[in-house]
Amino acid sequence: MSARDTILKRLRERADGPLTAPECDFAVVTNRGWSQEERLARFERWITSVHGEVVHVDQARWTEALAGVLADKGVRRLALGKQHPVAVEARSALADVDVELVGVDRDIEQWQREQFERVEAGLTSTRGAIAETGSLWLWPTPDEPRLISLVPPLHIAVLDADTVEDTLFDVVEAHAWAGGMPTNALLISGPSKTANIEQTLAYGVHGPRELVVIVRHAGEPPKATR
Amino acid sequence: MSGQPPGVETYTPREFHRQAHDALGNPQIRANFRKAMDGLMSKRRDSFDDWDLETLRELGANIRLRALARLPDLLEQLEANCEANGIRVHWAEDGEEACRIVREICESHGARSVIKGKSMVSEEMHLNAHLEEAGIEALESDLGEYLVQLNQQTPSHIIMPAIHLNTDEISEILHDKTGTERTRDVDYMTAAARQQLRERFMAADVGVSGVNFAVAETGTLCLVENEGNGRMTTTVPPVHVAVTGIEKVVEQLRDVPPLYALLTRSATGQHVTTYFNMISSPRKEGEHDGPKEVHLVLVDNGRSNIYQDDELLDTLRCIRCGACMNHCPVYTRVGGHTYGTTYPGPIGSILSPHLMGLEETKDLPTASSLCGACGEVCPVKIPIPDLLVRLRKESVGEGRGNVPGAGIKRTRKEVAAWKGFQWLATHPAVWRSGTSVAGKLRALTPARLGPWTDYRTAPKPAGTTLHALVKRHQSSKTHQEER
Ligand code: SF4
Repeated sequence: MSARDTILKRLRERADGPLTAPECDFAVVTNRGWSQEERLARFERWITSVHGEVVHVDQARWTEALAGVLADKGVRRLALGKQHPVAVEARSALADVDVELVGVDRDIEQWQREQFERVEAGLTSTRGAIAETGSLWLWPTPDEPRLISLVPPLHIAVLDADTVEDTLFDVVEAHAWAGGMPTNALLISGPSKTANIEQTLAYGVHGPRELVVIVRHAGEPPKATR
Repeated sequence: MSGQPPGVETYTPREFHRQAHDALGNPQIRANFRKAMDGLMSKRRDSFDDWDLETLRELGANIRLRALARLPDLLEQLEANCEANGIRVHWAEDGEEACRIVREICESHGARSVIKGKSMVSEEMHLNAHLEEAGIEALESDLGEYLVQLNQQTPSHIIMPAIHLNTDEISEILHDKTGTERTRDVDYMTAAARQQLRERFMAADVGVSGVNFAVAETGTLCLVENEGNGRMTTTVPPVHVAVTGIEKVVEQLRDVPPLYALLTRSATGQHVTTYFNMISSPRKEGEHDGPKEVHLVLVDNGRSNIYQDDELLDTLRCIRCGACMNHCPVYTRVGGHTYGTTYPGPIGSILSPHLMGLEETKDLPTASSLCGACGEVCPVKIPIPDLLVRLRKESVGEGRGNVPGAGIKRTRKEVAAWKGFQWLATHPAVWRSGTSVAGKLRALTPARLGPWTDYRTAPKPAGTTLHALVKRHQSSKTHQEER
């Protein structure tokens, strides 16, 4: 008998007989009832508490904020997609800026070392965020592959203010994740960190040292969060 | 499986008492653990501030119980969905078979170097040593695991592998093994490790990771981490092999958020980890990165035996948060290596006897004051103290005999002594004369009673028995009333 069959047989013919499955009540992980402002405030509080930076902007002027972040951080080479509206707008806005735009629509095998050693920042869109934990959720695509949010020392993520939801449970349910998961679904809550050296926090151990979230608001960003 | 890989500092559960003695006499070890565990305890407490913790624990326990109730079906469903997604699934009855499967996957790709994310199951099966014997270098990429590996040790905690080392010791290890400057600057050391490991991520032929939750409904492997090494390991090399115990399966995707909330808060007091990585397939047509092959190895290694027994089954609910060890007065004082097993602390004391047999681990169920802290903090409500008592019984041959090596601690002398006691206690006349004789001869009681008196004063029978005292008291009361 194969290992598979032996294991399954042993589990099925359990000595103490069949088990009953208890009911599960998920109320404790949903129904937070937060307003849009509360959600944003919580998101910002949590993500900044773990070293994430948040920039609030009016949707129409977000690329100015992006250019500002790149200038502040001294980024000369930015990896980004070509098709997602975030990438399209960023590309056109940065056309005249002194930042090299690095295309990511090629297999990693062709440019692994270049990505690891020369790219200074990666720009991605996000699908939404989670207020309760200050997390972004991303489903990398061929246009925005997995590694651009991981390998460059700076990750810039663009988030629309109205896509912040209460809890991870709410996101999984509302967007019917179970109906079709992508190759890789990700929650990102801050830049890479470790506490493996005597509990002392250090950032950027393997992934980005810095995470900047550009939050785009439909209209003027609210004063409280600006 | 017992023992540690060759070349690695050796601890064994057989030597628990000696190792505990050594650890207690080592102020460095005690200070390192004390400091770390105190911090973790208070962080955990604070992280549940906004929560109805009891309700969340109840939900966590029920989700795990539901998954276990349907375990064989869920494993089949997981396999079918993974395969449909393009993930190849393998089954291993024990650690050796699991190692062989991983090695064969490596060999089929001509792999010479493997980069590993944190995986306790791979520690349990001694994967690194196995691969090295086959000429394949396995390098740990979690910073803590990396440091411990450089230092030729095994992890001393399931979440924080290098918790037994302080900054100076780590600086020395990095200096010795990798030539970095001696420093107390944690950022410098972290940056150095980043540099060293980035090269290795790029060069690795295969990435090996563990799994925190495997979702049957969607064929998804969930990984919880802060460093990004887990994402690197599962994305950069062309092949990804995930290794997991068969009990890690959950039924649906909606089961994951509550367990994730419990895991991160219980483990390190974080409300969330930096990364939550959910992998459902290898690189698809048109995608530009990610491994071209993903394998899942489902490891039994004694788990299906635990599954047979209604009471012991609770052990399989564990989500490996480590909270029980952080709160255990024994673990906090002796540290993880003392246990000599992959899983130390309370969870190790109930899990290791199943994985390694009671012949090896008979002292572990006694490594507890039964204060109950472990059971109280366990996010999935495993009744650890009850299980410790059950295993103590098993070890002296009084359980159901469902644990390998049951009865190993049963000695004829002890059995005869208890039988004698039972007879005495059920024969009042003999008991009375016996206790009165013992009282008279109390001066002859030995001052030492084996190891029991190492830290305790030997008991002496009372000069007058309780029975006699009560009788005297009653008669004097009657006497007074009559007057
Ligand atoms: S037994 Fe409970 S507290 Fe201990 S590691 Fe497992 S889940 Fe955590």
